Amino acid sequence: MNNIVVFPILIPFIVGLVMVIFRNNIQVQRWLSVFGVVAIGFVAVLLMNQIRSEGIQTLQLGGWQAPFGISMVADMFSALLILTSSIVAFACLFFAFNSIGKERESFYFYPMFLFLLTGINGSFLTGDIFHLFVNFEVMLIASYVLISLGGKKVQLRESIKYVLINVISSFLFLVAIAYLYAVTGTLNLAHLSVRVAEVGQDGLLTVVAILFLIVFGLKAALFLFFWLPGSYSAPPTAVAAIFAALLTKVGIYAIFRMFTLVFYHEPQITHLLIGIMGALTMVLGAIGAVAHWDIKKILAYNVIIAVGFIIAGLASFTSAAILGSIYYLIHDIIIKALIFLLGGTVIALAGTSKLNEMSGLIRNHPYLGWIFFIAALSLGGIPPLSGFIGKVYITQGTFEAGYYWLGAIGLITSLMVLYSIMKIFMNGFWGETALSKDMEKGTTKGLMFPIALLTVATIALGVGAEGIHVYIDIATQALLNPSLYIEAVFGGEPMP
Amino acid sequence: MKKIKSNDVMLQTMTRLLAFVILAFSVYIFFAGHNNPGGGFIGGLMTASAFLLMYLVFDMKSMKKVIPFNFTSIIAVGLLIAIGTGVSTMLLGYPFLTHFFEYIPTPFLGEVGLTTTLPFDLGVYLVVAGIALTIILTIAEDDK
Repeated sequence: MNNIVVFPILIPFIVGLVMVIFRNNIQVQRWLSVFGVVAIGFVAVLLMNQIRSEGIQTLQLGGWQAPFGISMVADMFSALLILTSSIVAFACLFFAFNSIGKERESFYFYPMFLFLLTGINGSFLTGDIFHLFVNFEVMLIASYVLISLGGKKVQLRESIKYVLINVISSFLFLVAIAYLYAVTGTLNLAHLSVRVAEVGQDGLLTVVAILFLIVFGLKAALFLFFWLPGSYSAPPTAVAAIFAALLTKVGIYAIFRMFTLVFYHEPQITHLLIGIMGALTMVLGAIGAVAHWDIKKILAYNVIIAVGFIIAGLASFTSAAILGSIYYLIHDIIIKALIFLLGGTVIALAGTSKLNEMSGLIRNHPYLGWIFFIAALSLGGIPPLSGFIGKVYITQGTFEAGYYWLGAIGLITSLMVLYSIMKIFMNGFWGETALSKDMEKGTTKGLMFPIALLTVATIALGVGAEGIHVYIDIATQALLNPSLYIEAVFGGEPMP
Repeated sequence: MKKIKSNDVMLQTMTRLLAFVILAFSVYIFFAGHNNPGGGFIGGLMTASAFLLMYLVFDMKSMKKVIPFNFTSIIAVGLLIAIGTGVSTMLLGYPFLTHFFEYIPTPFLGEVGLTTTLPFDLGVYLVVAGIALTIILTIAEDDK
């Protein structure tokens, strides 16, 4: 029993509620939200060190023994993701302070931001499939509000699509849970793992697994990503950044959890299917990223490519590939937030998101330009930066598993990612200076701090990859050995 | 809101009576939840329906005077109460959301089964009533 496990959920929830009461005092809301996010990061570090020294931490809510109550489980994978997401949330909050505008702030922007974190952290920590569903809904409802808050025409149009697709996928999620419950008779993830291993993953369970894959594929934009480019270009920059950084990653986390813990018995069916979906995601996403001349669209398609690439690691299912996936997942959360914040700033400066209507921003904004260059290299996976090490491990893993085509597609799409993002750099920052300083539509005042913070984070993650290797290695071991998870949840008690 | 015409005497008199019956029944259902069908969710919905009946029959302005609450804050307070029951037992060293049930002798009612789930349910009750009224009143005031 370790109550610290629920703190990453409780802190943003309680802070958000207090902010609802202090609705009109925006200054209080800002400070409270910063306090909440910093506290989550602190708790995540605490948890990581506990997990490192004592193994996976669990909490049985209400003191009910494992399969009967809800178990909260913090393994290294979830703790790392919580820490990363709190860093990104911190940066996006500071970006929002200077860019989101008073009318959004006074209509519960910060409470919704923290409720979004509540759902995300809850999804990372839960050990129960239905509780995972509930946390998904907490996250999604907060994201519905954030995507439509402000009420611009484009936001309203895209939020209808976004809500519709997520309602359908949530319905499928419930149906999948119902099937799984009918077959196994339990909802606890660890107990599910035991039950599935006992009966063997027969045809029916594989069908349920594929239904889960479709559900989480809709959430994570894995192949079923048709809703994503429109939805992620509608909300304001700070919101789009947190969406791009975290929402699809929760779906990826769920795929990882389900297919390493529960449905790992038929990899030649499920994991091959995951690999094919990942490859198609990468190819289609890369085509989209290269084809568009609109910054928002290019960035949204980059989110999709990364999803395919991370999933390629899971499909290979070797220890190197999983290691690479975790590295790349952490890198991708940070870099996607950074690149969306940069893209939003560029759009604010130029007053347009069309690449062929802007040029020469680097003359007036050298720091912004070179930071964008660093972010582009990191996104492409150039060695000293953070995207490199994950790419190496995933490629190594795909080759080890014999999926040469998957590795090759990953490498080719990396090139296309680099091309698409350099297209923004070369068209937006180089060339004739189209706008003089006072003709610009926005400023970078106050926006550079979060951008710089995330840049430092991506450089540190690349240079200091050795430093966090021990944590990521623990996470990989836990993902590859479901018995560790099961033992931690049941804690030596007899299993019914 | 349109001004209600003055010849609604029947409706208004009956509402004065019925609102109390509905409110009393919603409170009964709220307390019955532990051993019988009922609980915070349905109790909160019924309370909201009693208020809604009053909002329908009397006009907005006089209702604002009778019920001077901000329903959005009630949602937050309800959630804080619900989560407070979990946090308070956590601070005593039990797992989060541990609940206790005990028969306690009280002066007038004799031995009463009291449980810490009741404050949790009270939170649910406040949240449901607050949300239902917020939704309805926000839509009703939309034309202004």
